[in-house]
Amino acid sequence: MKNLISERVADFIKNYPPFNVLDSNSLFELAEQVLIVYKEKNSIIFSVDEPQHTHFYIVHKGAVTLNNTATSNILDYCDEGDIFGLRPLFANENYKLEARAHEECILYGIPINIFKPIAKKNDQVTIFLMESFASNTRNPYAKNQKGQLYDYEGEEEVTKEVVLPDLQLASYSKKLITCSTRTTIKKAADIMSKKKIGSILVTSKDLPVGIITDKDFRNKVISGEQPIDASVKSIMSTPVITYPKNLTITQAQMAMMKSNISHLIITEDGTPNSSALGILSKHDVMVSLGDNPAVLVKAIKRTSRIKKIKQIRKSVMVLLTGYLEQNIPLGLIAKIISELNDTCIKQVVQISLAKMDTPPPVKFAWLALGSQGRSEQLLHTDQDNALVFENVPEEDLSKTTTYFLELSKHITKGLNTIGYEYCPADMMASNPKWCLSLEEWKNKLSYWIGNPGPNEVLMSSIFFDYSLAYGERSLLDNMSDHIFRTVQNYPIFLVHLANGALQSPSPTGFFRKFIIEQDGQHKDSFDLKSRALRPLVDAARVLILSHSVKAISNTWERYEKLAELEPNNKELYLACSYATKALVKFRTRQGLANHDSGRFIQLDQLSKQEKMKLKRTFKAIKEIQELITLRFKVTNILG
Amino acid sequence: MGLFKRKPKNLPDYWKTYESLFKDSQTKNFNELTFVVLDTETTGFSFDDDRILSIGAVKIKNESISVQEVFNIYLEQEKFSKETVHVHGLLKNGQRECISEIAALEQFLAYVGNAIIVAHHAGFDMGMLNTALERHSLPKLKNMVLDTGIIYKKTLIKSYLVQPKPNYTLDELAEKFSISRKDRHTALGDAYITAVAFLKIISRLKEKKNFSLKSLFR
Repeated sequence: MKNLISERVADFIKNYPPFNVLDSNSLFELAEQVLIVYKEKNSIIFSVDEPQHTHFYIVHKGAVTLNNTATSNILDYCDEGDIFGLRPLFANENYKLEARAHEECILYGIPINIFKPIAKKNDQVTIFLMESFASNTRNPYAKNQKGQLYDYEGEEEVTKEVVLPDLQLASYSKKLITCSTRTTIKKAADIMSKKKIGSILVTSKDLPVGIITDKDFRNKVISGEQPIDASVKSIMSTPVITYPKNLTITQAQMAMMKSNISHLIITEDGTPNSSALGILSKHDVMVSLGDNPAVLVKAIKRTSRIKKIKQIRKSVMVLLTGYLEQNIPLGLIAKIISELNDTCIKQVVQISLAKMDTPPPVKFAWLALGSQGRSEQLLHTDQDNALVFENVPEEDLSKTTTYFLELSKHITKGLNTIGYEYCPADMMASNPKWCLSLEEWKNKLSYWIGNPGPNEVLMSSIFFDYSLAYGERSLLDNMSDHIFRTVQNYPIFLVHLANGALQSPSPTGFFRKFIIEQDGQHKDSFDLKSRALRPLVDAARVLILSHSVKAISNTWERYEKLAELEPNNKELYLACSYATKALVKFRTRQGLANHDSGRFIQLDQLSKQEKMKLKRTFKAIKEIQELITLRFKVTNILG
Repeated sequence: MGLFKRKPKNLPDYWKTYESLFKDSQTKNFNELTFVVLDTETTGFSFDDDRILSIGAVKIKNESISVQEVFNIYLEQEKFSKETVHVHGLLKNGQRECISEIAALEQFLAYVGNAIIVAHHAGFDMGMLNTALERHSLPKLKNMVLDTGIIYKKTLIKSYLVQPKPNYTLDELAEKFSISRKDRHTALGDAYITAVAFLKIISRLKEKKNFSLKSLFR
């Protein structure tokens, strides 16, 4: 009997192999006979040596582990859409593994006596089953993704963006290796091997006449066209394409494309009739195009226009994409990208300063707050910043404040231009509440720490993760010292901070799936920032503060430090450090793929592996929150 | 006196069969119990004036639902209220094959047997069914009844911070337990959602001490 429930079942299983190849009649025939099984977390679906069930299973909701009970190893995770318990039914033997509900599950039991004839009729199903049994994976098509943290996705869209082509001059190699036209091919090859170079310039009377590259040896010598004792003249490409030295990257690229060559010779007057100064290869162009952070830093520092920084930041993104593709450790990526972002901010401050009529009346410091302060900011997100300036006599205060507010407005506008959205909560130095003298800041901080309501905790939590973006370090140190001294006088503050760290909404609801946003713009997506990253960040902050460790604001570094300070909790802290990095990486990838901050994730766009990976980080979150609850006795202030 | 009291011997055979199932006491083992999770769609909210449009039910045995064993019938209508049509999408004499109220009740009694009935806001569904039985001079249902709206509240933690609401809708339950709200507002669709919610509520309650069937009726 076809009914709503069987339609529901058919609707689900048709998406997964081997059911995806079935025609709709077979599909419904199966679906009508399905047994819908509910399993509590950790309950056993079948155990080793149990006789065959009349059904095999496909996971509809939840996850199932297949375990070897002898070694207590988990051999496989079955997530939504995976089938299990089929092989014994075909092999006609008892179960060899134990299947256990890893989470609360709803399984669809597919009756084997209905499935078998359908499978036999359909070649593709048979092939799927053969491959699946042979490779011992439940889904052979997924095996190349196994063990990979993220699905590889082509991100050419990002890399295709042409970046800063005419901004900078092409840097060429000035160490010229040359040989004369009478040199033998063998001799030239020897020189190139010795110098480890891929091309050599052929000169005649100090003038460049030709060039030999590795390709020439391959095409003209090894192929037998020329003997190795012939002169290089017989194989060199000639004439050479020459350019004057102030060549931009775009020009170089155009020239190479036009003549279909990979090397340009830079000569004194740009013609072949003057002596060669250097050689510019395609590789040099590639490096200049954004593969090299040092080049980018240089380019940023050279800029006097904010719009140009925006251009350069695009190539920072290209760099980031490349790093992620190459799977470079996230800690390292974060360092490099943060460095570049810092350079951008510094340059924006510099340019803004130049826009002011007068130099600053007193010393000041521009502070990066929040994720930027923690150097966890790999993408463009909101700007959170503040400004602190030296104490001034009271009569000068309003004048000084006005100056710095104006400066801040230039800076925040500039940051917005280069890609940092304005902070929706207006936590920016252009807000008079966030642009204060040292004395005013100290009073404010004391108030927050002494009167810790939920707002104050939030405010101060932002302030414990700051870093100097520009200006006078001593102002920042002064503030840090003040904070630590005040916190020591109000130990209850730490309890409030700990309590605040437990307030983040949980990533999974009621022991179940990801909680998704219910309304608004991000309806049905998962809030990675507040549900997964923030609990880790908050926990690290309160723990590190309780140890009075300053000057580490980065979350995974904080956890690493904590692991060092508390060897008995080392494992948990390292797990948290790892989880933080994994989540930041995840967020960055999502952000790059969707051109946003990566905060909200469309769950249906994730692969099953990605979901599992995400869920595994939640375990660390849960455990660190438990540790905090116990250590700071958070319940005391609630009751 | 005798006008209102009917003697049992006047009852039809299917009722006697149904009634006889209750002679034996039920098993004490929770997992061996059979539950029938049902939902009715009606023309309105008045027991006397409104009529059942359809009954949908699924049977839970040992935490499993067999798709083959679902119950889904549509009733012929004398009375028809325009207002509820758009909620349920059931049109009078629409595409569905409809049966008479008495035939529906007969089939339902055969299906439900002595199982424990589970429904969301069960009072309403039971009221509709019992009124229908009464119209055909039949006694009330003899089954034990559980209301997911009530037992859900037993899963909630009592604290000063979280005040349980007096009422939880099926939508709220579906949301809490991440159950897809596909086919919502069809009798069978709602019965299925209720069934999954019921299984999940029971598994939460099992973790608590003193769990028994009896504790659910408290």
